Amino acid sequence: MSHRDTAPGATSPAAPGAGGDLRLEGVTKRFGDFVAVDDLTLTVPQGSFFALLGPSGCGKTTTLRMVAGLEQPSQGRMLIGGDDITGTKPYRRPVNTVFQSYALFPHMDVFENVAFGLRRRGRQDVQGEVERTLDLVELGTMARRKPGQLSGGQQQRVAVARALINRPGVLLLDEPLGALDLKLRRQMQLELKRIQTEVGITFVHVTHDQEEAMTMADTIAVMNAGRIEQMGPPTELYENPLTTFVANFLGQSNLVDGRIHGRDGDVAVVDVRGHRLIMPTARVHAPGADVHLGVRPEKIAVRPAEDVSTAGADRSRNRLEGIIADSSFIGVSTEYLVRLPWGQAVTVFAQNVDRDVRLVPGASVVLEWDPANTFALDASESVVAGLEPEVTELHPVGVRP
Amino acid sequence: MAVTPTETAGRVARPEAPTRKPPRGPVAWLREHVVMIAAVLALIYLMLPNVVVVIFSFNKPVGRFNYEWNTFSLDAWTNPCASAGMCEALGLSLRIGVLSTIVAVVLGTLVAFGLSRYRFRGRGPTNLLIFFPMATPEVVMGSSLLALFVNATILPLGFWTILIAHIMFLLSFVVVTVKARLASLDPQLEQAAMDLYADERTTFWKITFPLALPGIAAAALLAFALSFDDFIITNFNAGSRVTFPMFVWGAAQRGVPPQVNVVGAAMFLLALLVVVGGQLYGRRRNR
Amino acid sequence: MSALAHTGGAGMGGGTGPPEAAPSGTVGRSRWTPYLLLFPGLAWLTVFFVIPSVTLFSTSLQSGTVETGYALTFEVSNYLDAWSTYWPQLLRSFVYAGLATVLALVIAYPLAYAIAFKAGRWRYIMLILVIAPFYTSFLIRTLAWRTILADNGVVVEVLNALYITDLLSFVGLTEGDRVLATPLAVITGLTYNFLPFMTLPLYAALDRLDPRLVEAASDLYASPFTAFRKVTWPLSLPGVVAGTLLTFIPASGDYINAQLLGSLPATAMIGNVIDTQFLRVLDYPTAAALSFTLMVTVVAMVALYVRRAGTEELV
Repeated sequence: MSHRDTAPGATSPAAPGAGGDLRLEGVTKRFGDFVAVDDLTLTVPQGSFFALLGPSGCGKTTTLRMVAGLEQPSQGRMLIGGDDITGTKPYRRPVNTVFQSYALFPHMDVFENVAFGLRRRGRQDVQGEVERTLDLVELGTMARRKPGQLSGGQQQRVAVARALINRPGVLLLDEPLGALDLKLRRQMQLELKRIQTEVGITFVHVTHDQEEAMTMADTIAVMNAGRIEQMGPPTELYENPLTTFVANFLGQSNLVDGRIHGRDGDVAVVDVRGHRLIMPTARVHAPGADVHLGVRPEKIAVRPAEDVSTAGADRSRNRLEGIIADSSFIGVSTEYLVRLPWGQAVTVFAQNVDRDVRLVPGASVVLEWDPANTFALDASESVVAGLEPEVTELHPVGVRP
Repeated sequence: MAVTPTETAGRVARPEAPTRKPPRGPVAWLREHVVMIAAVLALIYLMLPNVVVVIFSFNKPVGRFNYEWNTFSLDAWTNPCASAGMCEALGLSLRIGVLSTIVAVVLGTLVAFGLSRYRFRGRGPTNLLIFFPMATPEVVMGSSLLALFVNATILPLGFWTILIAHIMFLLSFVVVTVKARLASLDPQLEQAAMDLYADERTTFWKITFPLALPGIAAAALLAFALSFDDFIITNFNAGSRVTFPMFVWGAAQRGVPPQVNVVGAAMFLLALLVVVGGQLYGRRRNR
Repeated sequence: MSALAHTGGAGMGGGTGPPEAAPSGTVGRSRWTPYLLLFPGLAWLTVFFVIPSVTLFSTSLQSGTVETGYALTFEVSNYLDAWSTYWPQLLRSFVYAGLATVLALVIAYPLAYAIAFKAGRWRYIMLILVIAPFYTSFLIRTLAWRTILADNGVVVEVLNALYITDLLSFVGLTEGDRVLATPLAVITGLTYNFLPFMTLPLYAALDRLDPRLVEAASDLYASPFTAFRKVTWPLSLPGVVAGTLLTFIPASGDYINAQLLGSLPATAMIGNVIDTQFLRVLDYPTAAALSFTLMVTVVAMVALYVRRAGTEELV
C-alpha cells in the first residue's frame, strides 16, 4: 500500500510490450483438502490464442485467477517473459482480465471504464487511446453511456476494450461469452479472433465450450480434475485424442473394446470380438494390449450390406457389420445409430450427398472407415470420461451473477 | 430489511397491465380491484393524521388544546416560535440529530465494511451484538442506559447523554442498511479494479466507496429521521434538556399550541419535496 | 488470508465453496483490519448497550430506597413482587402489541402487494405516501388521532350510527359511545404507528417475487387463492417475519399510545409502568426488574418465532 504507482510518468512494471511467453511451472492450488490445480506446467507462446478447456470444476478458472494474481498458488511459480510474477499483486502484473460477468464499473461511463487502467498508470493522451480502442471494438459512439444502458454484447466489448487498452503481456478471458445468446456468441468469437490477430497480444481464454475453443484458439489445453489431459492445436486434439476424456469431451467418439494382436511395422492389428481391424501404430496410446478402439462418427461410411458383399472385401479398410437401429435426419447430414452384433451401438454421421433410401431402421449395413482415422486408448480409462452431463453454472435462481 | 426506492432497480420486468375486458357487473369490478381498494384504504389510514396535522396548523384554537376546529388563521405559520420553548427544543433536536447521525454513520459504516468484506473469528457474536439493540424495546434501552448513567455518575444527564444514547440505538440500523448495500455489490468489481492497476487504496476510493455511497446516504437519512423522532429513549436520558418530541409530549399534557402542527406540517412537506425531488433527479440521471 | 477463520454468521453468504465460484475477498489484506474496523462501533455498543443491560440486571437485584441508596443484595423477590403487582400490564402489553401486529399485517399486506404488482406508474407515489408520514414527528401524528377519534367526530358518529361501538364495547374494546380513551384507541394508534415498518419489508419481499411464478402456478391449475397460498405467501415470508418483528418489538414496549390515546391506568402497558417507576416513583429495582422481564420475554418470543418461521436471514 505504501508504494503506489499512480503518479504520472511513474515507471511501472506493467509497461506496454512487457510480453514474452507465459510459463507456469509446477503450479498447484489447494483449497483445504481439495486440489483445484495439480502440478500444472505449461508454456503459452507470446502472441498466441490459447484456450483452457474443461468442464466446470476442472481448475481452469482457478488457473486463470492465479495468473491474474487474484489467487495465490499453493506451490509453483509463474513467469512472463522470464519475470517471476508469482508473488506480485494483481495491479503490478502485465496481465489484464475480461471477467465472466464483465465487472464493468456501474458508476462510470464507458469512456471512464476503458480509461481506468491508463489513468491508474498515469498515461498521457488518455482521450486518444480510449477513442482508438473504442473504435477497435466498434463502440466509438457509446463512450458516454453507462454500462447499464448497453446490451450484453456491447458490455462484453467494453470489457475487452478496458483490458486490451493496457496492452498487457497476457490478456485473460474468463468465459467471456457465457452470458451471450448463441448467435451473438458466434459473432463475438469471430470478433475476438479478429482483435487478437490485429493487436497480437497473448490471449488466454477459459471456456467449457469445446466449439468455442476450437473456433478461436491456436492451442487448446484440455483440463480435467486439475490436470492437463492433452494440449495441442485443435485439429490434433480432435483427430488424435490421447485419452478417453479428450475423445469424449472434444466432439463425439465411438469407443469399442479391443485387443492388440500384433504389430507389423507401423501397422497394429487389433482384434474386436473376432473382427480383425488395423490402424497406425503411432495412434496407439495404450501401454498394454487391451484398448478402447476409437473412431469419430463422421469418419465412418455406412452402406447397405448387399452392396458390399458383391463388391468383395477391401482389406485396406476397417469394416464392421451391423443393423440400423435408428436414424435422424438433421438436414446437412443424417445421424445413424447402428447396432453391432454384440449389442453395442455406434454413431455414424453421413453427409446428405446422395441419400440411399435403403438406409432405414432394420436394414443390415456395413460400416467402413480408413484405418488412419482409428485411435486406440488405454482400456483402463473410463469409456464415459468427459461424458458426464454438463454441470450447470452455480448461479442460484434469482440471484444476479 | 431497510428499503429505499432506489434499491428496486434490479427487479424483474413486469408484464403489462391486462388488456381491457368488456365491462361487467359491479361485483366483478369489485372483485378485480379488491386489493387496490384495500391498499387505498390503508393509505388513507396512513395519511389521515398527516392531513389532520396540516389542517389544524391553520386553526386558531379555543383554549389550550388544538383538537377541535375553530377558525382559519395563519398566526401559527407566521409566528412559529411564539410557543415558549418550542424553537429551542427544535434546535436541540436538530443538533442531536445531525451529530448522532454523523457519528453513527461513520462507526456503523466501518462495522458494515468489516462484516461484509472480511472473514474473521467472532462474526457470529458480532452479528448478534448488532441485532440485539434492534430486538430490544426502547423503554428497556432507555431505562438501562439511565441505570448506567445514574450508577456511574460520571456524566450528568443532558446533551451528551442524549447524544450517546442516540448514537447507540442508531448504530445497528446504519450497519444493517450499509451491509445490505455492500452485499449487493459484485466482488468482481473490486478484483477488476485491482486487475487494472489500482492498488488497495485506489480500489477502495474509486470503486468500493462510490458504490457503497447510496447505501450510506440511505442509512444517514434513516438515522436522522429516527434520532429526530425519538422520544422514549431520549426522555429517560435527557435530564432537564427538552428535545422537540419531549416538547410535544409535555404540550400534550399542558396544552398543544398550533405551532406544533406547523412544525409537523412543514416537516411533512419538506420530506415530500426531498423524496419527490430525489426521484426526479434519479430518473433524469438514469435516462 | 490463510489465518482468517471461517465462521458462518447469520445471513452471510459466501463460503470457501467450489474453486470455480469466485471466492470473496481479495489477497493481501491484513488479518487485523477487520478488528480495527469493528472496534469503535462494537466498543460503543458494549459500553452503552451491553454494560447498561448488565447494570440493569444488577439494579433489578438491588434493595434499598432513593433516600438510603441501593445495594446489590440479590433480591430475587424484586421480580416476584414486580410480576405479582404488574402482571396485568405485562399481559396487556403483549395482547395489545399482538393485536396491533396482526392488524398491521392484515392492512399492510394488500398495500404492499398492490404497490408491488398492481400499482404500475403509481408505484413510486404510493411508496412515497407510505414513507412520508415517518417524517412528521410520530407524537404529533398520534395526537392527531385524538382529533380523529374525538367523541363528537365523524368517525365515532359513523361507528355509532352503525352500532359498531355497541358491538365493540360488548367485547370490551370500547366503552359506551366513546372510542378515545379505550383499548381500541390504543390498538388503533399502535397499528398506525408501526404500519410503515410492516409495509416496507413486505414490499421488499414481494418486489423480489417474480410474477411469472404466480402465472406458472395458475398454469398448473392453481386457483388464484391456491396460487397465493402456495406461491406468493411462502415466498413473502421473510418480509412477514421482518415486518412482524419490526412491529411487535417496539409496540410491546410502547407507552405513548397508551398514554395519549388510552386512559390510565385502565389501558396502562408495561412501558407506562417502567416509565413511572423509573422517572416518578424512583423505585429503580422494580423498574429494572420489569425492564429486564420485558427484554427477556421479547427476545425469547423473537427467537421462538424466528425458529418457527424458519428464516435465518434476520438482519
